[in-house]
Amino acid sequence: MEFIYLAFILVLAAFLGFELINKVPATLHTPLMSGANAISGVTLIGALVSAGSDNTELTTWLGFAAVVFASINVVGGYLVTDRMLSMFKSKQNSSDTK
Amino acid sequence: MDTVLIVNFSYVIAAIFFIVGLKLLSHPATAKRGNLVSAVGMFIAVVVTLIRQDILSYEWIAAGIVLGGAIGAWLAKRVEMTEMPELVSLFNGFGGLASLLLGLSSLTISDASDLHVALLVIAYFSILIGGITFSGSIVAWGKLGGTMPSRALIFPGMRWLYALIILGALALVVVVATQPFDMKWFYIAIGLALVFGILATIPIGGADMPVVISLLNSYSGIAATAAGIAIQNNILIVAGLLVGASGIILTQIMCKAMNRSLMNILLSGFSKPIEQGAKIEGEIKALSAEDAFYVLEAAQSVVVIPGYGMAVAQAQHAVKELQSLLEANGAEVAYAIHPVAGRMPGHMNVLLAEADVPYEQLYEMDAINPRMDSFDVAIIIGANDVVNPAAKEMKGSPIYGMPIIEAHRARNVFVLKRSASAGFAGVDNPLFFKDNTRMVFGDAKDTLNTVIREFGD
Repeated sequence: MEFIYLAFILVLAAFLGFELINKVPATLHTPLMSGANAISGVTLIGALVSAGSDNTELTTWLGFAAVVFASINVVGGYLVTDRMLSMFKSKQNSSDTK
Repeated sequence: MDTVLIVNFSYVIAAIFFIVGLKLLSHPATAKRGNLVSAVGMFIAVVVTLIRQDILSYEWIAAGIVLGGAIGAWLAKRVEMTEMPELVSLFNGFGGLASLLLGLSSLTISDASDLHVALLVIAYFSILIGGITFSGSIVAWGKLGGTMPSRALIFPGMRWLYALIILGALALVVVVATQPFDMKWFYIAIGLALVFGILATIPIGGADMPVVISLLNSYSGIAATAAGIAIQNNILIVAGLLVGASGIILTQIMCKAMNRSLMNILLSGFSKPIEQGAKIEGEIKALSAEDAFYVLEAAQSVVVIPGYGMAVAQAQHAVKELQSLLEANGAEVAYAIHPVAGRMPGHMNVLLAEADVPYEQLYEMDAINPRMDSFDVAIIIGANDVVNPAAKEMKGSPIYGMPIIEAHRARNVFVLKRSASAGFAGVDNPLFFKDNTRMVFGDAKDTLNTVIREFGD
């Protein structure tokens, strides 16, 4: 039963992903990729448990390293995406700033 | 209340935030808010995870987040927009590495009898995909940044080595599933994955990089999904798949824009260069930047077609300055962006956004081609293959069939280029020999600045 439940999540999330991303215009493809980098840093959630739980020393160390790399992605990904998206201006906005 | 329930509920909330965030990314006006929504979702998931009862100590967690966060923030602040492909590659690699480490750590828990076969196999896959993503991305990062030669590197027997590694990786699946649990199989898997990632990326040339970055982007998501299944965490599965889908779609768009299959691109380093089908007739006519100015001054409509050369010359600000002068002079200015211009999807758009070009003035290939005849001048800055009419006219050409921006149909074509040499694909460009084409040789930025000065006088 558990396998079926996982398969459900897999299939639905994959279809949802395709539907969502297909609507992103070409002009935003670079921010989309860096934003995706940030979201793939979601491994941080799993890494927290490895680094903080009472397990072998090796688990803690591997978890700690995973926390570091996932945090780079989360923080760096969101910040650089925000920086990029701040630059995208419409005609209206860019004439306001002049 | 049950903490497990609270934690899992927070993951549902986080997934909703990720999805709404991606939805808002469908328009430039709402994209910034979308990124923020996504970040809030991540924040909620991380903070609520910390209340889990199996998390006992916080020192390592705090140290890891502070260290990783500081590195990430530093990278995000100091990166130049022209270096975005390198940064995204690096992030792809870190994503893969984090999944590899997570997959590995799921095997090291003190009570190894908890590990059943399905978990071992899926942990094996998260290690494998994570490793390939990591080493492949580091090679891509090196190629893009110039620490490695960007041309395709191949050596004899490479195909056999490929086949050997794939067979080895498949054999290991069987070993992991049938033999008693032993960490050494997983260490071998790491080795295989790292070597395979390197081998898969070095035969790919600079111009094909948009495909490779997109593909590695999707691998980093799929690796996160595999790690999520290994540790049975839904938010990793869902978020990883969103990223995986995004990368796959971008890969498809890039392949379509080059009229090549993914396999063809991944193995292109192995194919022999194709003989040119027909001879190009005509001669190259050069024009000075000063003379280009007189034509531009009289032009009513101008289309700018940027390529990777604009990024290399850091010419985006000079382009914008010229645009303002042309507009003040009463001309209409449009930008035509080919999907594979630059080194990653959307590369040109970000550079022009940095230079304050409004996004309404950037047109996709299919939107601009029908009205190409109406432009007085097409200025090509550091682009080559994406405007090569051989793709339409010469059957024998290696790029035959690739959709191009049909710059040759504009009344005048100015090509800003260092020399008349072939582009990255190594294909001669008949555009340079057309009657309506003038080559303006020199550094693109210097040329633009000369034209800009002429406008001032």
